[in-house]
Amino acid sequence: MSLLDSSLWEVIKASFDPAIWKELWGPIGETLYMTVVSSLIMLVFGLLIGILLTITNPDGLVPLKASYTVSGWVINCLRSLPQMIMIILMIPVARLFFGKAYGTNACIIAIAASCIPMYARIVESSLLEIEKGKIEAAQAIGSNNLSIIFRILLPETVPSLIRGFTVSVISVLSMTALAGMFGAGGIGDIAVRYGYQRFQHDRLFACVYILIILVQLIQGIGNLVSKQILKTRNLI
Amino acid sequence: MVNEMETYLKISDLHKTFYPHGKPLKVLEGINLEVDKGEIFGIIGFSGAGKSTLARCINRLETSDSGSIELGGTDILKLSKKELLKERHRIGMIFQNFNLFDSMTVYQNIAYPLQIAGVPKAQIKDRVLETAELVGLTEKLKAHPGALSGGQKQRVGIARAIVTNPDFIISDEATSALDPQTTMQILDLLKEINRKSGITILMITHELDAIRYICNRMAVLEEGKITESGLVRDIFENPNSKTGELFAKVFKLLQNVELTSGGGI
Ligand SMILES: Nc1ncnc2c1ncn2[C@@H]1O[C@H](COP(=O)(O)OP(=O)(O)O)[C@@H](O)[C@H]1O
Ligand SMILES: [Mg+2]
Repeated sequence: MSLLDSSLWEVIKASFDPAIWKELWGPIGETLYMTVVSSLIMLVFGLLIGILLTITNPDGLVPLKASYTVSGWVINCLRSLPQMIMIILMIPVARLFFGKAYGTNACIIAIAASCIPMYARIVESSLLEIEKGKIEAAQAIGSNNLSIIFRILLPETVPSLIRGFTVSVISVLSMTALAGMFGAGGIGDIAVRYGYQRFQHDRLFACVYILIILVQLIQGIGNLVSKQILKTRNLI
Repeated sequence: MVNEMETYLKISDLHKTFYPHGKPLKVLEGINLEVDKGEIFGIIGFSGAGKSTLARCINRLETSDSGSIELGGTDILKLSKKELLKERHRIGMIFQNFNLFDSMTVYQNIAYPLQIAGVPKAQIKDRVLETAELVGLTEKLKAHPGALSGGQKQRVGIARAIVTNPDFIISDEATSALDPQTTMQILDLLKEINRKSGITILMITHELDAIRYICNRMAVLEEGKITESGLVRDIFENPNSKTGELFAKVFKLLQNVELTSGGGI
């Protein structure tokens, strides 16, 4: 059903038609798969790079000015690429890994490549929030840098890290919609194919509902977990 | 005690320069200091005098330009990085802002230095419980620091500093964030720990009362130099430096207030 020949109300009613939703479960699964896998890759590499940025900072645990400046510059360059361009740039990389340049797994690489620099910056800003005194106390106790990172720096900032991760996962989700256009499937693919190319606005609406629910869910879980940790620590 | 004095901390000609915005700022200019084993030695000075910098140079949280620091016969500035980490297990430090780890419970905060020092697991629990009892925190072991009052937080800070049985404690304004009553309790606790274990304490503060209450000897730090040192009583009665004079004046003023208010109201 299209908005071109039906009223908004009719389209909304049609968007709840079980026949439409039956066809959406597959794409929802694909979207979730892409979001989860990309987010995990982003989490691992984002944390790693974020930690490296934080400790090589001139005021950090292992000041390395050259490395800090260069990696900061590279990250800024990657972050200034629009996501669409990142997908196109990643096509040869995906081909290298999977032998083909389209499909779900190929898009996961593009999504991760685009979101890792962003999440690394968010991690860095979370880690820099720690009170310097805590690091100093840990050093005065005789902790080595590894203990400071894994037993003080990360645990102390975990509520903020979780909030940053939540925001980033939502970015990943929105990027999966874009990746749908490059054969990755998923909700985004359906929305573009039916909503834009065939004017089936009832399907487009259904996709929008799903995306809204997913975003609310992710944000809700993130808020809940980080709040719960703060509560356990009696910080709120 | 007086007859068997043995120097524990000996600082000679210590210099430290910072370079904020590239310009040199001399913060410590030839510090000489001797603290005896088992004493509570006070260092008083106004804000910005260089007290924290001096404290941080002793356990090498700050690298000094030149001079020497001997602590219990160990030349601190000559230690390798690895040796330094080990040496720090023998130096406790307490802070104005407590600097406790919010992600850990009180128990975990106190256990942390033992884990870092590689104490066997079986001994950790006993040692933590023993220390918690000494500082009066047995009831709070499962709480997180966020749930504690300022005084309780500093008790955790003290427990964390003494749990590895160090020979020396650096206290940098440990009571400056506390109300007068809590300050007294914390000072009493430090006194008790000093009496029981013979631990040497360097009490850095800008609070007159703290020094008067807990220290026998003291030094005055003024713009990066030790301008006088000796018995607390002597310095307050017969000050020879600007800072000493100022503190002595305030001290006499306070005494008069106490005398008049003691008799009057
Ligand atoms: N990391 C630093 N970089 C630059 N200047 C510093 C640094 N730390 C301390 N200073 C300066 O050194 C002086 C002494 O500071 P500090 O030792 O903290 O004094 P105090 O503890 O007696 O108040 C101050 O002028 C302060 O601004
Ligand atoms: Mg200070």
